[in-house]
Amino acid sequence: MNIKQFASDNKSLIGLIILMVLVSIANANFLGVDNMLNILRQTSINAIIAMGMTFVIITAGIDLSVGSILAFAGAVCASLIAADMPLVVALVMTIAVGAALGATSGTIISFFNVQPFIATLVAMTMIRGATLVYTEGRPISTGSFDVAESFYQFGAGYTFGVPNPVIVAAVVFLVCWFVLTHTKLGRYVYAIGGNENVARLSGVNVTAVKISVFAISGALAALAGIILTARLESAQPTAGLGYELDAIAAVVLGGTSLMGGRGRIFGTIIGALIIGVLNNALNIMDVSSYYQQIAKGAVILLAVVVDSRGKANA
Amino acid sequence: MKKLLGIAVGTAMLLGTTAHSMAADTMALVVSTLNNPFFVTLKDGAEAKAEEMGYELLVLDSQNDPAKELSNVEDVLNKDIKVLLINPTDSDAVSSSIRAANRKDIPVVTLDRGASRGDVVSHVASDNVLGGEMAGKLIIDTLGGEGKVVELEGVPGTSAARDRGEGFNKAVGASEGIEVVASQPADFDRTKGLNVMENILQAQPEVDAVFAHNDEMALGAIKAVQASGRDIVVVGFDGTSDGVAAVEDGSMLATVAQQAGMIGAIGVMTADKIINGESVESYTPVPLKLVTK
Repeated sequence: MNIKQFASDNKSLIGLIILMVLVSIANANFLGVDNMLNILRQTSINAIIAMGMTFVIITAGIDLSVGSILAFAGAVCASLIAADMPLVVALVMTIAVGAALGATSGTIISFFNVQPFIATLVAMTMIRGATLVYTEGRPISTGSFDVAESFYQFGAGYTFGVPNPVIVAAVVFLVCWFVLTHTKLGRYVYAIGGNENVARLSGVNVTAVKISVFAISGALAALAGIILTARLESAQPTAGLGYELDAIAAVVLGGTSLMGGRGRIFGTIIGALIIGVLNNALNIMDVSSYYQQIAKGAVILLAVVVDSRGKANA
Repeated sequence: MKKLLGIAVGTAMLLGTTAHSMAADTMALVVSTLNNPFFVTLKDGAEAKAEEMGYELLVLDSQNDPAKELSNVEDVLNKDIKVLLINPTDSDAVSSSIRAANRKDIPVVTLDRGASRGDVVSHVASDNVLGGEMAGKLIIDTLGGEGKVVELEGVPGTSAARDRGEGFNKAVGASEGIEVVASQPADFDRTKGLNVMENILQAQPEVDAVFAHNDEMALGAIKAVQASGRDIVVVGFDGTSDGVAAVEDGSMLATVAQQAGMIGAIGVMTADKIINGESVESYTPVPLKLVTK
């Protein structure tokens, strides 16, 4: 592989490196080990959601319900921990709830032939409402049993000097990468995104695959909700508002096509890191609040334009 | 018994008439919701003041529904009320209610939330600028007039964020030893309070105090401070139950609380002045209170 080919395949990685060089010139605190771990920890939540979103987007779908699933799952998990449920049981049950919510959207999409945008928009609204009903609009504390302390460590602690959420995100990355590149399910996901009818005629069970990708997205949103709840030792009814947009932005920045059939899980990680670095840089450079949103929009626009120009030339 | 009660009521009314030329007049209070302790306290404050001043107060609950609010207002306008006190469900949606009162020439006083259109005689609400100033002064005193301070801002462009920030910066700007090393938005959100505070702690080797525009952000910032192991005092705003609990367990220095009961009481006093033909200010700021351990 020559340099030109590498550059064209890894535009988002090069963009991330350029961004990091520019920020480190502007602020000396940026490149410290502590701040790097800090960025990785803050990015892990969006990265975990965005990896699930990558599956959905490769099938040419979209999942707007991830932020609401995150909030609902967080509330469920907080109340399980507050009820002194063993940690593993609480985590597995919460992730199962997320997967079930995602699978429900997937089922509605495939059986009733509803557009994913509409089906998950409905899910986003209803699950947010269910969260408000469940929490009565108030934060749910994880309580004071011993399990609450180990739950806090799960989100806020370190293992071998690496923040636990980063390790969780790394494991999720390895599993997602393996599933997408080395399993039948992965190949079917790409096939459906490339051409759904051809995939169906070739004997792919499109319904099962679609339900699976939304279940994966829901499960990972719930996992992100668990980490967020653990770090704050409480679940917020308004948690995750707008997270679907950050996740979609990460996926697109990573070079995955919204038209489906094309994309890499590694790119999504880079996309999430670009957003994470940008948020961190704006804070540590003390950029005024009124300019921050313009700066974020501009970087995303630049990345997407560069990416689509590259494709037009190829 | 009934007779005795009648005499008592009669005497009370008589006494009322001597105290106020137009006592036993009726005013109406339409509250956005009575399903939230803040507004229940506001209503209680108004009721107590009305009783003290000898007014009859009709209270209606809009249940956070602008349509219900409008029908409530229409209902009370058909009764013989002298002033309409309204705590709007929404600043825009309340306009038609206020215009309905304007058409009947009933003076309107808004409480806590303002109205974007329609004629309102007076608006009674917490003085967020003063609250920000109180937080700033407390931080100056706690740090002994010298130190580095971080400000976590609310959603950019909201009046609460603007006013609380203005008051805070006025206070710390006047103190030479205090330096605001970072002012960053965390959108009134606990998660963002945590993330933004972590980032600021990376950039700033020295931070002595944090002022957050609400308790949610303050509680997030406390988590970041605790994880860093650094010694930083945090002041929040609103006096929510979680915020007050954090003040009590010592993790938060103070929270600036709104005095809901006083908003209701001052609303009734303003209405009393209107009934007696006295002039009233178009905006009556209600002081806030520092909740400390």
